[in-house]
Amino acid sequence: MKTEILSLSLEHLQLVAITIAVAAAIGLPGAVLLARRAAARRWVLGLANVAQTIPSLALFGFLLPIPLIGGIGKQTAIVALCLYALLPILRNTLVGILGVDPAVRESAVAMGMTPRQILWQVEMPLAVPSIVAGLRIATVATIGTATIAAAIGGGGLGVFIFRGISMVDTPTVLAGAVPAAVMALLADEGLEWIERRLSPPQESQAPA
Amino acid sequence: MPGPLLEIRNLSYSIGGRPILREVSLSVDEGETVVLLGRSGSGKTTLLKAVNGLVHPTSGEIWFEGKSSSEWDPIRLRRRMGYVIQDAGLFPHWTVAANIGLVPRLENWAADRVDERISTLLSTVGLDAAEFRARYPRQLSGGQKQRVGIARALAADPPLLLLDEPFAALDPITRFDLQRQFLALRRSVRKAALFVTHDVREALMMASRIVLLKDGAVDTEAAPREFRAAQTAEAKAFLAGLETP
Repeated sequence: MKTEILSLSLEHLQLVAITIAVAAAIGLPGAVLLARRAAARRWVLGLANVAQTIPSLALFGFLLPIPLIGGIGKQTAIVALCLYALLPILRNTLVGILGVDPAVRESAVAMGMTPRQILWQVEMPLAVPSIVAGLRIATVATIGTATIAAAIGGGGLGVFIFRGISMVDTPTVLAGAVPAAVMALLADEGLEWIERRLSPPQESQAPA
Repeated sequence: MPGPLLEIRNLSYSIGGRPILREVSLSVDEGETVVLLGRSGSGKTTLLKAVNGLVHPTSGEIWFEGKSSSEWDPIRLRRRMGYVIQDAGLFPHWTVAANIGLVPRLENWAADRVDERISTLLSTVGLDAAEFRARYPRQLSGGQKQRVGIARALAADPPLLLLDEPFAALDPITRFDLQRQFLALRRSVRKAALFVTHDVREALMMASRIVLLKDGAVDTEAAPREFRAAQTAEAKAFLAGLETP
């Protein structure tokens, strides 16, 4: 049992890590592109919102018959988890970029910075705390949702949970649920710590 | 004989058919401070932004250093003009030194030259370089931010400064202090400036020439001494503000 908890935890962690990496690889550049395109932004955020409302078990079910990305196994699970992780990453990155004080952006333009310099030297650094917050929300949510991946053969700690449910055996359910919860808490704390480290200190030390 | 540093000819700008600027013409010579005075909505900030290429005029021309703005690359043009706005617009994630060194860095100055320039400028605007270099904007008072904003605008030694109500958000004592320092500074660095304000007292104090805007058009243009005697209704309205007991 102990070794199985460890191996399924690792498998769970792997599912989450791949999901967040893929979702970030799509979401971060996507947000940068969308930051300058208001019309496209509405559509994409709308779609991502809709994806978010599909119940996870149903989404896994939907994906099963789809060729290439569907079928039983990890791949389908990761596709579905990415769809959920995408929205918080996309939205928080956009909020971070668009939330830069207009006076700061205007003075960047007025000082003669190019749009690219403004993006990389001003907007992105100022958006970092918000981006990390998005990654944190996505990670914590994915750790939870990934337990359902076991329903379509994705593996991970969900294996215990589904096994426990079918055996009506609470300790087995807990063997999956407790490590997942601990993992979520640790990820939350860890990423929050990073978020704080990257945010500029807020206390004012201005002399009178 | 070279022409004026900045020349604006018959500049008009409108948004959705609503005119913001109407046929404005004015020029700024080397070393001169032209103050654009006007109420809110008179078009003075829009005019300043047009000079900087932040808004594109509907018609008319802007000439800077003998070249029409259509010939200028907007990025190059902006780096030849220092820009100061009301709440300084400093980059909150950069230190004072990084903020001041922005344009020199963009212009690829050598690091030690940028460094030296930052120290010089900090003392020019009356801040102790050792104490302030490493501070972040949130650790500065309003007056200190504005000083850093002016230092940043001066950094690459541009021939023209554009100032959009730079002292409007400061308390009266700090404002007066900065106004006086700005005057002294202008004498020592000999910069031309286009200075936007709604404060007639400030206009009279700072200007070589006052251009009063009303509803987007030039109402009065005069040196401060003559401006005090100006007879248009708008000028009188502004001057009435001076007659406080």
